[in-house]
Amino acid sequence: MITRWLVRRSMGWLDARLRIAPQLRLALAKVFPDHWTFMLGEIALYSFVALVATGVFLTFFYDASMADRVYSGGYAPLRGTTVSAAYASTVELSWDVRAGLLMRQAHHWSALFFIGAIIVHMCRIFFTGAFRKPREINWLTGLTMFVLGMATSFAGYSLPDDLLSGSGLRVASAIALSIPVVGPWVQFLFFGGEFPADLTIPRLYILHVLIIPVLIAALLGVHLAVIIRQKHAQFPAPGRNDHNVVGSKLWPTYGIRSLALLCAVLAVIFGFGGFVQINPVWVWGPYEPAAVTAPAQPDWYLGWVDGMLRIFPAVEFRVFGYLVPSPFLPGVLFPAIFILLMYVWPWVDRRLTGDRDRHQVLDRPRNRPARVAAGAWAVSFLALLLGASSNDVVARFTQIPVLGIMRAMRAVVIVVPLVVAAVAYTLARALRDNPDRTLLTLRPRHLVRARRAIVPPRGDEGGRPPEPPHDRSGRLVVPVGDAPKPVASGDAPDEGGRS
Amino acid sequence: MTGPRRRAERHVAVAFGVAALAAAFFAAMYVLGDDTQLLGLGLLVAFAGLAVGFALWARTLLPQGPFVEEREPMISPLPERRALASEFARDEAPLTRTALPRRMLTLALGVLGLAALFPVRSLLARGPNPWRALAATPWRAGVRVVNDRGRPVRPGDVAEGGVVTVFPEGRAGIGDAAVLLIRVDPADLELPPGRGNWTVDGLVAYSKLCTHAGCPVGLYVKQTRQLLCPCHQSLFDVLGGARPVAGPAARPLPQLPLGVGADGTLVARGGLSGPPGPGYWRKT
Repeated sequence: MITRWLVRRSMGWLDARLRIAPQLRLALAKVFPDHWTFMLGEIALYSFVALVATGVFLTFFYDASMADRVYSGGYAPLRGTTVSAAYASTVELSWDVRAGLLMRQAHHWSALFFIGAIIVHMCRIFFTGAFRKPREINWLTGLTMFVLGMATSFAGYSLPDDLLSGSGLRVASAIALSIPVVGPWVQFLFFGGEFPADLTIPRLYILHVLIIPVLIAALLGVHLAVIIRQKHAQFPAPGRNDHNVVGSKLWPTYGIRSLALLCAVLAVIFGFGGFVQINPVWVWGPYEPAAVTAPAQPDWYLGWVDGMLRIFPAVEFRVFGYLVPSPFLPGVLFPAIFILLMYVWPWVDRRLTGDRDRHQVLDRPRNRPARVAAGAWAVSFLALLLGASSNDVVARFTQIPVLGIMRAMRAVVIVVPLVVAAVAYTLARALRDNPDRTLLTLRPRHLVRARRAIVPPRGDEGGRPPEPPHDRSGRLVVPVGDAPKPVASGDAPDEGGRS
Repeated sequence: MTGPRRRAERHVAVAFGVAALAAAFFAAMYVLGDDTQLLGLGLLVAFAGLAVGFALWARTLLPQGPFVEEREPMISPLPERRALASEFARDEAPLTRTALPRRMLTLALGVLGLAALFPVRSLLARGPNPWRALAATPWRAGVRVVNDRGRPVRPGDVAEGGVVTVFPEGRAGIGDAAVLLIRVDPADLELPPGRGNWTVDGLVAYSKLCTHAGCPVGLYVKQTRQLLCPCHQSLFDVLGGARPVAGPAARPLPQLPLGVGADGTLVARGGLSGPPGPGYWRKT
């Protein structure tokens, strides 16, 4: 009763000043598709909420300074030693600040969930073709948030000034140095001098708590505004087409369900924060330039770069007599190319498929075997590089010499992803040709030959797959030339420019 | 009120009740002490209770749909787009007419944008320019060799097969000047030409920073007399001038020429044979 009165009064108050009753009503009636994969992005969003909340708590206790300080807190083995204020304050907030360790560990875990959820979310977007027109903007903003997320996570991971993260910073500074012509300037700009410099930690701190989070928050706003404006894409099913969205309304069902997800994410984050130790910096010890831990791994989301650094051959060359050192190719050029490829993928995909239409209904992954193959290649390639970044750990457990693993991985990261891509392609094609089958009910005979007689001679990229009989409406498939091409009809009543 | 609905409501209420209890438990644990596990348990159960409550509520008590919402096409009708274009590019609009002010405005904004970049230079710390800073170390002829506690090192301090991290005197612990002192059999040494007198009784000294990514080359494999970097597994041959034999490093570790001072302690007889640590854009 009181609730109803409060709601009516506040709505009335707002409307009398903003006249937003129609918009609010429409917003409440907004329909969200019911599919669990649509929660992946929300998990990332709610992890970000947890990151901000726990991070703000930590800022009250962390001291971003390299000044010497004698540690006198609760961790006995360190008492009386002179360490940096950054390291001392991190250990203090873990040992002496009430609930500090819980918040610090929850912060670290939510960062990992944040990045992990973004990756899985991006995989869903990729394999279902959700990045296609009109959703390129959100592919770009989402990808940028992913890159920024990795950057701010690395910066945050480095703040405790412990031995492990110090080694990571050391490697990052070497990567920056390796950039031709401007490398030394870039490195001095970010690190505030020759590594290790006293200015490094304050500089990373402001990047970590202000600059990058603000950028992420701004992009998050754009990302959400675009999704509200465009409405979600949806999986194909009877009754769903490019002109509608089928699902639950924001108010009440979807909103309450999403609140459930928020609470579930927070429960998992604080559960991990309370029970699963992460990054115990007092065990690693303070950073000393001449010391190093063995084994030394970065956090997993940067393992693909570190893996490439490990297995890439010792290639250095000279340009006009100037040195281009060995980290440049694997540490700068390779990640740059890979991320650039992800940025331009919507347009590459358009080129390969010849599909320039607006889409509101998602592809079943199987209907695009070439895209599935490309995605499987990328995922397996990065996963193997992550494995390569643990070659010293693998060597310790298997007793295989680490250099043998290093040499083997050079071949493995080239061969295995190609095999994975070929297998993925074959399976997707077989599933496409047998729409009623799943991966589990597929039989060998389905793999050997396509059921359809039309086999495009130049690979299947240009081929529109046969549509499932119950698929979206208003789309025809007719063979044009030697490759079947899609013909849109009635999709856009007033088709304008191509992009 | 029907039976199933009442039961569902009760379930939701129980879940929220559990959340309330767990939240109170968290507060109590905070007051009583600082047990990370118990605090985490409190928040875990509190949020899990809320999650279960909301999920049950949405699933059992709220309209399930599916609802259908129509989409408007994601492009405006042609007349609207034309109207926008003409509105934007009217004859008197700043983009089409008034060429001279527009050009000067472009110039002003461009120059201002460039000028605004100049304060970035302030971020580069005062001091020598990066190239000079990267190449310079405190090692030079006559500088005494000290250990990590700053004590001078004598040739006898390093046992057969032993390895010690040393620094230039007065700069113990400094980042770019850490050097490894390794004792090997002088007969085994195959140093590059011109370095025959850089060792003292089989003591060789190399920069400790890997020439690949700058990690300390902290692992000495005594049997093969090789140095292994734990970061990316570059392997250096101690007997052969620390040239790289495996892994991603491409240049040898710079060597420090050693000698014995008048008081019997080790001294450097010159600077390192090259800039220590990772490579950068420089003439070689």
